[in-house]
Amino acid sequence: MTLDAKIPKGPLAEKWSKHKFDLKLVNPANKRKYDVIVVGTGLAGGAAAASLAELGYNVKAFCFQDSPRRAHSIAAQGGINAAKNYQNDGDSVYRLFYDTIKGGDYRAREGNVYRLAEVSVNIIDQCVAQGVPFAREYGGLLDNRSFGGSQVSRTFYARGQTGQQLLLGAYSALNRQIHLGKVKMYTRTEMLDVVTIDGHAKGIVTRNLITGAVETHSGHAVLLATGGYGNVFYLSTNAIGSNVTAAWRAHKRGAFFSNPCYTQIHPTCIPVSGDHQSKLTLMSESLRNDGRVWAPKTVEVATKLRKKEITADQVKEDDRDYFLERKYPSFGNLVPRDVASRNAKEMVDDGRGVGTSGFAVFLDFADAIKRLGKDAVSAKYGNLFDMYYQITDEDPYKQPMRIYPAVHYTMGGLWVDYNLSTNVPGLYALGECNFSDHGANRLGASALMQGLADGYFVIPYTLGDYLAQIGPKPVDTKHPAFEQTKQDVLARINKLLALNGTKTVNEYHRDLGHIMWEYCGMARTEEGLTKAKGLIAELRADFWKNAKVVGENEEVNPALERAGRVADFLELGELMVDDALMRRESCGGHFRLESQTPEGEALRDDDNFAFVAAWEYKGDNQPEVLNKEVLDFEFVHLTQRSYK
Amino acid sequence: MSTGNMNLTLKVWRQKNAQTKGAFVTYKAEGISPDMSFLEMLDVVNESLILKGEEPIHFDHDCREGICGMCSLYINGHPHGPKNAITTCQLHMRTFHDGEIIVIEPWRAAAFPVVKDLAVDRSAFDRIQQAGGFVSVNTGVTIDANSIPIPKVIADEAFNSATCIGCGACVAACKNASAMLFVSAKVTQLGMLPQGQPERYSRVQAMVAQMDAEGFGNCTNTGACEAECPKEIKMTNISRMNNDYFSAKLFREEATHDHAAGE
Repeated sequence: MTLDAKIPKGPLAEKWSKHKFDLKLVNPANKRKYDVIVVGTGLAGGAAAASLAELGYNVKAFCFQDSPRRAHSIAAQGGINAAKNYQNDGDSVYRLFYDTIKGGDYRAREGNVYRLAEVSVNIIDQCVAQGVPFAREYGGLLDNRSFGGSQVSRTFYARGQTGQQLLLGAYSALNRQIHLGKVKMYTRTEMLDVVTIDGHAKGIVTRNLITGAVETHSGHAVLLATGGYGNVFYLSTNAIGSNVTAAWRAHKRGAFFSNPCYTQIHPTCIPVSGDHQSKLTLMSESLRNDGRVWAPKTVEVATKLRKKEITADQVKEDDRDYFLERKYPSFGNLVPRDVASRNAKEMVDDGRGVGTSGFAVFLDFADAIKRLGKDAVSAKYGNLFDMYYQITDEDPYKQPMRIYPAVHYTMGGLWVDYNLSTNVPGLYALGECNFSDHGANRLGASALMQGLADGYFVIPYTLGDYLAQIGPKPVDTKHPAFEQTKQDVLARINKLLALNGTKTVNEYHRDLGHIMWEYCGMARTEEGLTKAKGLIAELRADFWKNAKVVGENEEVNPALERAGRVADFLELGELMVDDALMRRESCGGHFRLESQTPEGEALRDDDNFAFVAAWEYKGDNQPEVLNKEVLDFEFVHLTQRSYK
Repeated sequence: MSTGNMNLTLKVWRQKNAQTKGAFVTYKAEGISPDMSFLEMLDVVNESLILKGEEPIHFDHDCREGICGMCSLYINGHPHGPKNAITTCQLHMRTFHDGEIIVIEPWRAAAFPVVKDLAVDRSAFDRIQQAGGFVSVNTGVTIDANSIPIPKVIADEAFNSATCIGCGACVAACKNASAMLFVSAKVTQLGMLPQGQPERYSRVQAMVAQMDAEGFGNCTNTGACEAECPKEIKMTNISRMNNDYFSAKLFREEATHDHAAGE
């Protein structure tokens, strides 16, 4: 199947303007005749639901949490990029575009990324108008900082809780529309399937997480803004509830899943402390602006540190290896995430890791505290330091932080065209849920930008074009497709509830996580991936025999919820491995040991792999079919990424 | 699975749903590591309950990094447990000692009915925000962000109020189950910023009216809310809200229109 990304022709800077003009419009009086379903209320979903309701559409919004304000966008710490050039340091839309394309290791579309950079400036204006309290200078203007992979200060931030403030902004816009009756909000409701009629998405099937009621909802279009799938690794920086189910169900109804192997391992997370660990906590990338990453130069010193015979501050300057500064003099500690993560792993593999487990390196603030004073450091990063102290019982003002990479973000997701439409007409994917803008590696402070770009400034235009074409004829849930899909959902729930084995769902999830981390994590090989494929298939078969799920459907039943999500992760995991096996090159977050430069950096194979992988579901236990969307680079020249 | 050597006794509130009566049930939590978070300790207990075929203890949680506001336990008489300025998910077992008895309850407030066990329905908070916790601006503004300079001290103060995570600890801590700290945080954030001025007085009335309609109690200046707030939201927010509320009622003409009634 040929995939048409529908990138408008013409000069890069004019594509989006021209496209907006070419899109069909829905007459203001007709907008109220359309129902739009939005699943997920994070930055992308919340912004989309509010903006579409403002335009006059009837929106039904869904989230599994108890309030739209809990979506995991809230946990984003560092900031949001925008090409405002307020700092007069040479930033521009083109530079943000270029950095993002390069940072993604040339595996994203030029047209999409340019549009993202272009609307980034509007996002900041919009958020400020909503009352989002961004950090400011004493003159009253907005403050910026620099972030990994960039040499300009273009990141807007709100202490270490930018995601929270942006989400509360979107939540307030959503609340206003709920108050006006234009959005009907369904909380504690989980989407379990997509309903298609004649190939078009026309509704969803949900489960009420309080009563267990399985219900159908109709709409003229379905927008998925359901986040990423990092929890396939069990341990990640995602919220416990973050899951792939909505996207995966859509995939099984025909939507292609793209580049699933592109996962971002964030370099600065608090290391695992034991088997009981339920999630990992990120320490914002912004810390790398002032913190210096190092490991001991020798295994001997590292061993002493691991045995707690000495503390970090007792390690002499000469015995420290500031490995990022040494290897990448021009970017230093600010190299992109994939590069920083791989280098930390190298130190650990080399026997120079620290902490009792040996799976950590240091992030040291001693110099910054000396240079700026403790108060200034605290003003910038206080909440992160407190959080670190709380979790580890170690004071980062006195001892360097111990950090180690952890799964953080998934660049892959549902395939979408320039209009954010999946290959199933009427089904859209926004934010982390789609694959589109970050290529093989996302730059810091770009996730918030993309979520809000999709929700506030892209979908309100592109959705109208589709709706104008299909017309406002009401969609009736009495159509047999709704009942059929509901029965499918109920059958699956009953199958899960019938599981009465000896192993909890959580144990299966943890086992899957171990497999994914070991063989499909920071470094991947043909041999390891092949092994993982077999292990996942075995684990999945075992799950459907020996898992134990307690309780009933008609009640609050977190064990059932969890079982459904883990069952989907067990399928997704295998597709990720297939994708990683297929892509015999290294790029961004996908590092195949067989493909590296003499210096150990990711080595792309542009002749054979400059394409988007779009996997097509063909039925249970059938191999998925690979479709390719070739990436054309008209404007940028593909080079070996170098941050030296 | 057990990785530690702490043994604890838990007295946990179990309640099937809002319609049934609840009761405390005693559980043993054994082999607990001091490095576990409080919720991870409950995970361990739940795993063993599931293997015995019993229903796990239900509690709300999501991000487990102290920011989503979903976790909500009332532990040994304190919302979010004995430590200051953190949520339950950030509370670690090293705070407790081996052999300790820990009492775990849901938030108790008429406006927060129990959903199941330790989870409560906080949708009243959403409805208060829907009544007026916003600036009426549609997507698509074209004024440059820097055309609204805001003094840093004002921006910082507004930010302090904006850090509220909507967890409801203030209500749970209050003997009157008052939501004044929660409501005043949003009123203050928007009331301090220039963007929030046009609707400042209608907003406060709309939000207070909804707060009252939800059945929250009144403020009697005890200060338990401030003491227990995981984000250290200050009671000065309540003073500001009261001030705006009285101004609105007594002096402000613009406060008379129905907040956000128009499109």
